[in-house]
Amino acid sequence: MDNILKKLPGKPKTNSLKKTLIYILVISLIIWGFSSVEYAGVMITAQGTISGMWNGLTHPDISYLTNMTIDGLPYAVLETITIAIAGTFVSGVLAIPFALLASQNIVGDKVSKIGKVIITMIRSFPELILALIFIAIVGPGAPAGILALGIHSIGMLGKLYSEAIESMDIGVKEGIESCGGNQGEVLFRAVLPQVAPEFLSYTLFRFEINMRAASTLGLVGAGGIGAPLIFAIRDRNWSKVAMILYILIITVTIIDLVSGSIRKKLVK
Amino acid sequence: MDKDLKNKLPVKPSRVKFYATLILITVVIIGSTWFAGLDFFELVSDFFNGFRILNSMFLPPDWTYIDNTIGPLLETIQMAIVGSFIGAFFAIPASLMAASNFTKTKVLNKFARFILNIFRTIPALVLASVFVAVFGLGSFSGTLALAIFSFGLISKMTYESIESIDFGQVEATTSVGGNKWEILRYSIVPQVLPQFMSYTLYAFEVNVRAAAVLGYVGAGGIGQVYQINSNLRRFDRVGMIIIISFLAVLIIDTISTAIRKKLV
Repeated sequence: MDNILKKLPGKPKTNSLKKTLIYILVISLIIWGFSSVEYAGVMITAQGTISGMWNGLTHPDISYLTNMTIDGLPYAVLETITIAIAGTFVSGVLAIPFALLASQNIVGDKVSKIGKVIITMIRSFPELILALIFIAIVGPGAPAGILALGIHSIGMLGKLYSEAIESMDIGVKEGIESCGGNQGEVLFRAVLPQVAPEFLSYTLFRFEINMRAASTLGLVGAGGIGAPLIFAIRDRNWSKVAMILYILIITVTIIDLVSGSIRKKLVK
Repeated sequence: MDKDLKNKLPVKPSRVKFYATLILITVVIIGSTWFAGLDFFELVSDFFNGFRILNSMFLPPDWTYIDNTIGPLLETIQMAIVGSFIGAFFAIPASLMAASNFTKTKVLNKFARFILNIFRTIPALVLASVFVAVFGLGSFSGTLALAIFSFGLISKMTYESIESIDFGQVEATTSVGGNKWEILRYSIVPQVLPQFMSYTLYAFEVNVRAAAVLGYVGAGGIGQVYQINSNLRRFDRVGMIIIISFLAVLIIDTISTAIRKKLV
């Protein structure tokens, strides 16, 4: 192998100064990052905590799983799923106008740039902080979580939707226009029918992400399984923590599998 | 249209399945909003009450508090850098093990993917609160949580890239007698490296956003300052923290997205 390599033509010259500078920059950033890590050793109670965790993982709290009241695990899981569904639905609808506003072949160059900036700004806003803001507005509970997911997901869905719109066949739109169709007819007869499968596929994908997000929203009080989870961790009730995590992993995996197979069918 | 012509036209396909799906989806969505207690009218009235709080947050925020937020903000970014670095480092062997065109043993693929799935399912915030119980309050617990979360994320995306590489190059290296290591070095790495770096940057972006809230469970960073002020009901300071972290995330996202566009 080495002999063959020697006979090959030389590599093209690269801008080595620029490369070296980038390497130095990246490495110094990483070193700077590591300077913040202060390993203070484990807690004195760590050994007990870890053996407690192990005990919990091997003996999950079955009674919590079979508790069918409002305090039980099934209710919390169902609430988490409904938050994810409702949040995804809200963002799926709200993202369409944003996406149209950001699509270069619908509104033109200048407007679409503004639309893209708006979408980027929405995407950058951390959803947990949105959840905290909505908790301040509508009070703790599932509605705050739905609104947080609904607003935050516009950022991703709007971007994906607008990319789908921009890559659609523009001939159909021109066809409608040449028959005298107005803007509404262009939207409903040319744009939406073409992009509907992609829109649905992206929305399902976002639902998978939202399902994961919905399970953390409860940690700050926005409904769902996160609240019982954080309380169980604070109480060091590891058997309950283990039960919640097991069910969470199973639920998320099932939803991923179902949603993934639907998505494969949608976009062939 | 006369009758003969009409009979010759093909019959429209049945739309029963379509309408049934539509009804099912509608029922699921309406059922979800009902179950989660999303009441539109209540929402509107809440919004009017909520504006008072928003008012105290942003009109105006406590501009003088900016000095106290810069330190925690930098700590947040440091946590994100270290987390994505460690995650990326361990993602290399894991993604190779999960890629079915590099590791031929089916059992190993399945095992690696199963582990990765579990890592990605457990939220970083949950990992952080568990680590706080073991390692105590502070940024170490948060960094560890971010590292594990990024490990799952980067490995998943990287192994999917490895599986979709142009296999001709692997065959070429094999046909000139390359061993496993040489296949990796000359056929897989050059094809996957830009995407791998792009995924690491993406994980870094996600980590910055996640790190901003990890402090909520006591795992360091700007979230800790947020929680203290939120408990003290100093909403003007909370507003300032939100503005600062939003700006930081926006700047980092913009830079990182630009680099990622160049990479791939």
